[in-house]
Amino acid sequence: MSDTALPGSAAGVSSASAEMTGARGAKPQRRISPRNIMIYGTLFVVCVYYALPLWVMIMTSLKGMPEVRLGNIFAPPMEVTFQPWVKAWAEACTGLNCDGLSRGFWNSARITIPSVVVSILIASINGYALINWKFKGSDIFFTILIFGSFIPYQVMLYPMVILLRELGIYGTLQGLVLVHSIFGMPILTLLFRNYFSSLPEELFKAARVDGAGFWRIYFQIMLPMSIPIFVVAIILQVTGIWNDFLFGVVFTKPELYPMTVQLNNIVNSVQGVKEYNVNMAATVLTGLVPLFVYFVSGRLFVRGIAAGAVKG
Amino acid sequence: MAGFQPGRLFRNINAKIAAIPMVFTALVVFVGGTLWTVVYSFTDSKLLPRLNFVGFEQYERLWSTSRWLVSIQNLMLYGVFSLVFTITIGFLLAVLMDQKIRFEDAFRTVMLYPFALSFIVTGLVWQWVLNPQFGIEHIARSLGMDWFSFDPLNNPQTVLFGLLIAGLWQGTGFVMCLMLAGLRGIDEEIWKAARVDGIPRWKVYVFIIIPMMRAVFITTLVIVASGIIRLYDLVVAQTSGGPGNASQVPAMYVYDYMFQAQNLAQGFAASSMMLLSVLIVLIPWAYLEFGGKKRV
Repeated sequence: MSDTALPGSAAGVSSASAEMTGARGAKPQRRISPRNIMIYGTLFVVCVYYALPLWVMIMTSLKGMPEVRLGNIFAPPMEVTFQPWVKAWAEACTGLNCDGLSRGFWNSARITIPSVVVSILIASINGYALINWKFKGSDIFFTILIFGSFIPYQVMLYPMVILLRELGIYGTLQGLVLVHSIFGMPILTLLFRNYFSSLPEELFKAARVDGAGFWRIYFQIMLPMSIPIFVVAIILQVTGIWNDFLFGVVFTKPELYPMTVQLNNIVNSVQGVKEYNVNMAATVLTGLVPLFVYFVSGRLFVRGIAAGAVKG
Repeated sequence: MAGFQPGRLFRNINAKIAAIPMVFTALVVFVGGTLWTVVYSFTDSKLLPRLNFVGFEQYERLWSTSRWLVSIQNLMLYGVFSLVFTITIGFLLAVLMDQKIRFEDAFRTVMLYPFALSFIVTGLVWQWVLNPQFGIEHIARSLGMDWFSFDPLNNPQTVLFGLLIAGLWQGTGFVMCLMLAGLRGIDEEIWKAARVDGIPRWKVYVFIIIPMMRAVFITTLVIVASGIIRLYDLVVAQTSGGPGNASQVPAMYVYDYMFQAQNLAQGFAASSMMLLSVLIVLIPWAYLEFGGKKRV
């Protein structure tokens, strides 16, 4: 055992002597150097700034109102209470309804799940058709789609209202699902198109030679091969649609408001005494789903937003 | 693959059927909807859209409404500060993260989680943290700093900075990730060559790395800028446009005129102006992107 340790220490001595003679090599990494202190110090301070609001949010939501009024928003509660959470979930009022955020939560779930499924299905087929089944003009539509994603939504809101009214689904969940599928299409189509273009073309050609058609190749070859990109798309869409405010407020009625809209109505309502602890509990509750997706997905989340953004 | 066959319309028919939603979205919603709004912005539509053209009247009214002027001023101020700070901070953080540090994943997790949260949540949290009665100001004063005053949200002069603090909190982590991806994409050999030549690190960043990351910077710029023009939820949640009209933004103006004040054409005119501002950002970018590719 001691034999194996010897050459190592000998190497250490020789490299030290090499440094004495002035030869330049990689500097030995020291754990605590001024440089490292600066780097980690800065990063630590930055992280405090990022983490603080979450901490404050959770701490406030666990305090009773007397303690909130007394106190220090950064301090942990002296007496932990879950009352604000219960109240935010089941009793907080928006307008005439006093059944809390639970209504918004279920609305958001009923909006998000079908929107995610429909938008991803359409976009993945788009991407597949754009790469493997090009037809005349297909690339032009794609270009319009990409440029369209930069048009402010405000420009297309009213035409969309008219369209939904004509279809008889204005103010319904189906209408909102359609809106999310349409406005999610550019980014998702881009995502899938880029992914499918990285798959080897021979695979597609071989399937064609064997007589497989459009749908068969999609369901039996492309779909099973692209599970990772589907996961990325799901992450992107779940957080995006859950966090949506504008479409929710424009295209649904008060009974169907998603969680974000209801949260805003609860917290920013002018009537009554402000219950900051309930407000913060409601805010945490609304953030829970995207936070859960974020912490579970980890690196895939980063990949999703980067893939959506950088490759153009 | 090519080969001419009879009935060109029916060739590849499944793909064409599958692409119907895309074609519909591109032509009807994006192109059609945009044109529709622009056309109707030249009418006097009030409660319902109608084609009674009045020329530029709506635009004249728009630009003589003080609320709109405040909105535009706010957007420009917020936009400039937000762009400069997000990109600078994002890049600096990415450089720090790229120093072969430990716990990179942990640092990134903390910096990026706000990006997963909605603007509504962001706005409400910062409304609370910046609350003068309980938040930062209260803490500082209770520590004996009686002179300390930090109440950006209730002062028309500073309310934009209150929004900016929240906006930066939400978005810089994302820009950091984009920049970090850009830094990781740069060839290690460049660092080795620079080290051999004895060039200081900061010089390598300023004169070699940043010019090499031009594409990343431009893409980030476009993404951040188009996000700024859409700025809406954050303001609604954090300040509701107040105090007074001090933190109004164009998107709020559009929403209020279209869906609250029943003055559709005014809303259309305002949204067409938003579109115009996007084009001002977008056209130079498209020119750089696609004009550049032709040279290759």
